[in-house]
Amino acid sequence: MKKVEAIVRPHVMEAVKTALQEVGVVGMTVTEVKGFGRQKGHTETYRGSEYKVEFLPKVKIEVALPDDLADKAVEAVLKTAATGKFGDGKVFVSSLSEVVRIRTGERGEAAL
Amino acid sequence: MDLAQAKVALDTLWVVVTACLVFFMNAGFATLETGLCQSKNAVNILAKNFIVFAVASIAFWAVGFGLMFGDGNPFVGWNGWFLGGTDNSPATADAYQGVFTALNWTGVPLLAKFFFQLVFAGTAATIVSGAVAERIKFLSFIVFSFVLVAFIYPVGGHWAWGGGFLGTAGFKDFAGSTVVHSIGGWAALAGVAILGPRIGKYGKDGKINPIPAHNMGLATLGTFILWLGWFGFNPGSTMAADVNAIALVALNTNMAAAAGCLAATAVAWVVLGKPDLSMILNGTLAGLVAITAGCAFVTVPASITIGVIGGVLVVFAVLTFDKLKLDDPVGALSVHLVNGVWGTLAVGLFATDGGLFYGGGATLLLTQIKGVLAVGAFTLVASAVIWYALKATIGIRVSPEEERDGLDVGEHGMQAYTGLGSPSPSSALSMSSVSVT
Repeated sequence: MKKVEAIVRPHVMEAVKTALQEVGVVGMTVTEVKGFGRQKGHTETYRGSEYKVEFLPKVKIEVALPDDLADKAVEAVLKTAATGKFGDGKVFVSSLSEVVRIRTGERGEAAL
Repeated sequence: MDLAQAKVALDTLWVVVTACLVFFMNAGFATLETGLCQSKNAVNILAKNFIVFAVASIAFWAVGFGLMFGDGNPFVGWNGWFLGGTDNSPATADAYQGVFTALNWTGVPLLAKFFFQLVFAGTAATIVSGAVAERIKFLSFIVFSFVLVAFIYPVGGHWAWGGGFLGTAGFKDFAGSTVVHSIGGWAALAGVAILGPRIGKYGKDGKINPIPAHNMGLATLGTFILWLGWFGFNPGSTMAADVNAIALVALNTNMAAAAGCLAATAVAWVVLGKPDLSMILNGTLAGLVAITAGCAFVTVPASITIGVIGGVLVVFAVLTFDKLKLDDPVGALSVHLVNGVWGTLAVGLFATDGGLFYGGGATLLLTQIKGVLAVGAFTLVASAVIWYALKATIGIRVSPEEERDGLDVGEHGMQAYTGLGSPSPSSALSMSSVSVT
């Protein structure tokens, strides 16, 4: 089982969600996050004082899925989340050692 | 009901309704200040602005109104404690018999006069809360507010409005640029200086670190409420349903607000690079404070001019106070103190009867200057004494740890925005047979 974490621009969240559902993903979790990679922040001013804002708003989408769906999920994210500019984000794929459905206690792939 | 009774009824309705509008300005101050400060201090700022009116109500009823408007001498009133003493309001002028002679010009019941003056006293007290926000001890603020409304504000007010030496010298302050706004401003200045800046606000080499607002929606709503409330503050000060006066005053009030708003926007845009919304809001209030003294005495074009100058002043004042390391999270000093002074002086320039620009010479202007200086010196010194006394006894500033974690938890044991991590009644629900979708 794999976990796919995608950090993307907030405005692509809906498109990524739809694309993931189309490849067979059933559930996901989203969090509002802030972060930066190579995208430069910007300067803001408040009552005459300037300050740099480096942490930029992003959305983190987390999905747990069977191994054979991971590549399709990553493709779905790349297709819908890329704009070609710095700040498009990243996808992290990691192995899940266990998944449990809380309502029934099912474990493993049955819980995905 | 005869005509005379009808006039009393109309005048009383006017006074009480406008007083209610001014009361609601406390909601404006509360939301404006809360919006401009950090979320971790929201409960504390809301609490200060809320409780200060209750404190003012008691202080002014017990002592303040008598000191301000009771018959006495050129420096203090000395009658009318707890609204006692003879009084045959709504009788006016020579027909009036009682201990509140200074208010015998308005034909409404005594309790209406008191209620109207109370909401003005409350406004002066709430001005202080913004300037000292995010590091003042709640109890110290309550105690200071009580003393301000019971003693300091009434003495200054007595000089101008209560039959004291400024009023008799011809000092003009129609609705309180000096009496309300500058008194609040001087008291706030003393507090800001003695309290010190927020931790981290000023760095080495004169660096000014911004501590941005947390909710500009609240701040904007608050400013709208204040603008609306000012339509009670200024026109209500006629304390009579005088059709021409209330129309002129209401319009002057609005035009100065609009002018201040636009002027501050332009100045911020040019000098700071972008039209900072907090400056747009401060500019509007600056115009409103600046026209408060002269709203009944100047023409509409003059009110626009006064507002424009107020809007320009407020932007530069905000920058200047920061350069002087006087940390004022909401711009209260720039709005109320600086423009309270400007508004008072503007009367000496623009009053159609006696203003410098209307052939009146410098007499009125000099009287206005004297008033500004007298009230300023008294309020600054008296406030400093109280702040120092509080600092030496119960302390006025929260601990650095509390300031960093936020006054909401430290002073009030609660948060404004709960959410993740808050207690929920889940343990009571989990074992029950209630079905949850």
